[in-house]
Amino acid sequence: MDIQTWTFILVGITFALYIGIAIWARAASTGEFYVAGGGVHPIANGMATAADWMSAASFISMAGIISFIGYDGGVYLMGWTGGYVLLALCLAPYLRKFGKFTVPDFIGDRYYSQTARMVAVFCAIFVSFTYVAGQMRGVGVVFSRFLEVDINMGIIIGMCIVFFYAVMGGMKGITYTQVAQYCVLIFAFMVPAIFTSIMMTGNPVPQLGFGGTMADGSGMYLLDKIDGLSAELGFNQYTDGSKSMVDVFFITAALMVGTAGLPHVIIRFFTVPKVKDARISAGWALIFIAILYTTAPAVAAFARVNMIDSINGPDLKGVPAEQAPGWVTNWEKTGLVKWEDKNGDGRMFYSGDARNEMDINRDIIVLASPELANLPNWVVALLAAGGLAAALSTAAGLLLVISTSVAHDLLKKGLKPDMTEKQELLAARLSAVGAVIAAGYMGINPPGFVAQVVAFAFGLAASSFFPAIILGIFYKKMNKEGAIAGMISGIVFTTAYIVFFKFINPEMNTPDNWWFGISPEGIGTLGMILNFVVAIAVNKVTAETPQEVQDMVESIRYPKGAGAAIDH
Amino acid sequence: MAFENKDMAKRYWGENLKIMGILLAVWFAVSYGFGILLVEPLNQISLGGFKLGFWFAQQGSIYTFVVLIFVYVAKMNQLDKKYNVEE
Repeated sequence: MDIQTWTFILVGITFALYIGIAIWARAASTGEFYVAGGGVHPIANGMATAADWMSAASFISMAGIISFIGYDGGVYLMGWTGGYVLLALCLAPYLRKFGKFTVPDFIGDRYYSQTARMVAVFCAIFVSFTYVAGQMRGVGVVFSRFLEVDINMGIIIGMCIVFFYAVMGGMKGITYTQVAQYCVLIFAFMVPAIFTSIMMTGNPVPQLGFGGTMADGSGMYLLDKIDGLSAELGFNQYTDGSKSMVDVFFITAALMVGTAGLPHVIIRFFTVPKVKDARISAGWALIFIAILYTTAPAVAAFARVNMIDSINGPDLKGVPAEQAPGWVTNWEKTGLVKWEDKNGDGRMFYSGDARNEMDINRDIIVLASPELANLPNWVVALLAAGGLAAALSTAAGLLLVISTSVAHDLLKKGLKPDMTEKQELLAARLSAVGAVIAAGYMGINPPGFVAQVVAFAFGLAASSFFPAIILGIFYKKMNKEGAIAGMISGIVFTTAYIVFFKFINPEMNTPDNWWFGISPEGIGTLGMILNFVVAIAVNKVTAETPQEVQDMVESIRYPKGAGAAIDH
Repeated sequence: MAFENKDMAKRYWGENLKIMGILLAVWFAVSYGFGILLVEPLNQISLGGFKLGFWFAQQGSIYTFVVLIFVYVAKMNQLDKKYNVEE
């Protein structure tokens, strides 16, 4: 069977499964819609969190980026996993004990201020929209490459599916669908990785094969081979970085702290029954994420060797164009791989210097990896289904945050407090509908800046929410004036820096012009530090936090409802 | 009332912060320390086919993160039991 038939079958089966689960797990109350009634088992919640977290970017793009930049790619690996340690130790148990639905709820109640709540609502909606547009685009790309439908048609199909289970099921439907989506995506990612590892190194565990010797009889370590090829071809050394150490440090920190501050991740810890479960949920989530994240650098290294070898041939002279490897001819059709015969010898050549004749898009590495390793067609189709699972599960989680922010934080707690639960549920569903349509529109007409704004989403989460929540839990006397001033200065600073280098003066976006050598991707870390400093300084010179708020902070520090009883 | 007195609550919180502090120190050491700041000296050491600093940046730090969370869970459950604030 060809790739397209296999893709129709596998994508069809998985979609039917998601819809079936959505019907089974319909939400009946706002509690079920927002946090699945708070009754999800920690392992299921861990899987759902992992699927929610691992987006089209993690699944499709990350290994490809690492394959091209080697060691520097570690910023994504450490950044997007290390944030879970912060979440588990510093945020999740306390926010679960607090026991409301959303992050703006916590900010609004803890800082006894409507202004603080509204700043938080604005950030939550902005961050989530930024993210969701990219997901819908990912859905469209997978559809158009593997099912050969128009990219817009692909996005519309994706919208309908997400619409169906997010709007009907709310958090309950989403959670159980995400459990299924996790299983699909991890299976799809691991199967080609394991096969490739066996073929290249003889070791079935990619994480070990990656540090093992080549199975071609040379006895050479795989990574030494890549470094050798890189030196010969004028690429940067794979196992050494080319970014400055300070930039790697700041980017890693911004991604970690940003992860811990993303509302669609934090909200997952409101769905488990007890504080104890919130702690362990983060552990399960990280195990499920780590399976993919430790495999991705192995996939990256395997693909690097296969890619160079298949283009340049064993003698490093380049293969003649008529004998071009299958993956090159397949992907040339999409325009994502280009060959230009600069020296007119009729041979393809790939290098990091002036001899280079190839232009290869980073995003194809994962999707092309089965072809690179000559694996059967059903494996390619499986990757398509996995990529869709990753994109849809993340999109659904984000849409839920948007609809909750509008219905609960903006309307119920802000503009229209007299709503009944039924009206609130209706408002939540209607705003989910609005969010799906807006996200689809942005997927079809992508603003040119989707890629740039990802840095924005993390920077903003790092420089706004994270310090406000940490201070809210660990610094009882932090008052509303300090928190609001901190959040606003963090956001304004980070936004100004990113907008300056990404939108106003993109030509100045070079290390010489950056402050302290920090790129816009890493600036959220500095914004976060600024937020902490401003918040603490303003707190010192303004009024004391009311006693009842201090008592509330006290109470969220202990697993049982003990706080109030201690003082009185 | 879960805690016997305010003093017990204070001690519980203090022990909680200590556990967090130790685990966060390890978290910082494996990622920012071994994976970034000390990557060059560590790369002089080999672990099979890996340079050690590279291995921490792309593999080791992630395994350590998982272990840290499970150690935290175990320690906190013990602490809850000790102070009789288990759920």
